[in-house]
Amino acid sequence: MAFVNLKKKEVQVKIVYYGPGRGGKTTNLEYIYKKFNARIKTEMVAIKTHGDRTLFFDFLPFDIGKIKGYDVKIQLYTVPGQVKYNATRRLVLRGVDGIVFVADSMKVRREKNLLSLKNLQENLSTYKKNIFKIPMVLQYNKIDLSEHGIPLLSPEILGKDLNTQLKAPSFEASALLGSNVVATLKKSISITMASLKKELK
Amino acid sequence: MDYTLGQKELDSMEEILQKDLIDLGVHCVFLIDMAGNIIVNLDNGDIEHDIYSLAALAAGNFGAVSAMARIVGENEFSLLFHKGKKENIHFSKVMTDFLLVTIFGRETSLGFLRLKVAEAIKKIKVIL
Repeated sequence: MAFVNLKKKEVQVKIVYYGPGRGGKTTNLEYIYKKFNARIKTEMVAIKTHGDRTLFFDFLPFDIGKIKGYDVKIQLYTVPGQVKYNATRRLVLRGVDGIVFVADSMKVRREKNLLSLKNLQENLSTYKKNIFKIPMVLQYNKIDLSEHGIPLLSPEILGKDLNTQLKAPSFEASALLGSNVVATLKKSISITMASLKKELK
Repeated sequence: MDYTLGQKELDSMEEILQKDLIDLGVHCVFLIDMAGNIIVNLDNGDIEHDIYSLAALAAGNFGAVSAMARIVGENEFSLLFHKGKKENIHFSKVMTDFLLVTIFGRETSLGFLRLKVAEAIKKIKVIL
């Protein structure tokens, strides 16, 4: 549940980028940070290992202006994708309002996507949250790799694997080049805000 | 975890933190929940820290330390302290779901701060 401060007229919304390791969650945030640099007043926080893998989380806060007189502060987080860091993932999910699931389109990562989605469902359930109810957007990342001759899964196969039951909005994207990164984020913000509005009524 | 705090509660918490901590020379103080949301924040007007990032990191940090506590057989470490050259940070748990973070300089001694933080928390607990 988002944090609403009635005194300061401020809403803090937490959106978490989830997905398998090396899938491009941090790259999504880095692109957003670069693109909206002028509007984001603070630095992006990244806690990485020496090998540039996310160790704890990345954090990027920014304002999207006022909605019904309330200042809306969006807080983007990523989780570490590596299987062994599950305790950290669960920690970051605490108080989550919306999820962007970044799936890896590479054929060799098919299994990893499924495992990560299953793991998300388990971790959400520890906070009594339902994966089918939480506002979620799927992103099929790395489509730029097809130009380099790397075998990719088609969006149909990815959709069948991951989205048959969820029926969430999905985007083919390249976090590295920035295609559909902003579209993914906008969709996530809009469905998360819509769901909050419903909850607050 | 769901909680609701109205204007009155927030006002009284601000008053407590102002009187017990800021007025005594603490640079900046904020109360956050374990998801990293800021509930109340106050400073002495001289500093410009990015408190949203600080809050996110503080909540994460505390989560990590709690996990460490469990590994060594403790239920929790209820307070944390980081010492710097000019600024120090003190974290103290408030009940199970909240964290009071205090940033203070060399002019304030740790013992005095701990005493004041404990007093403020006692008063805040009544409100939360």
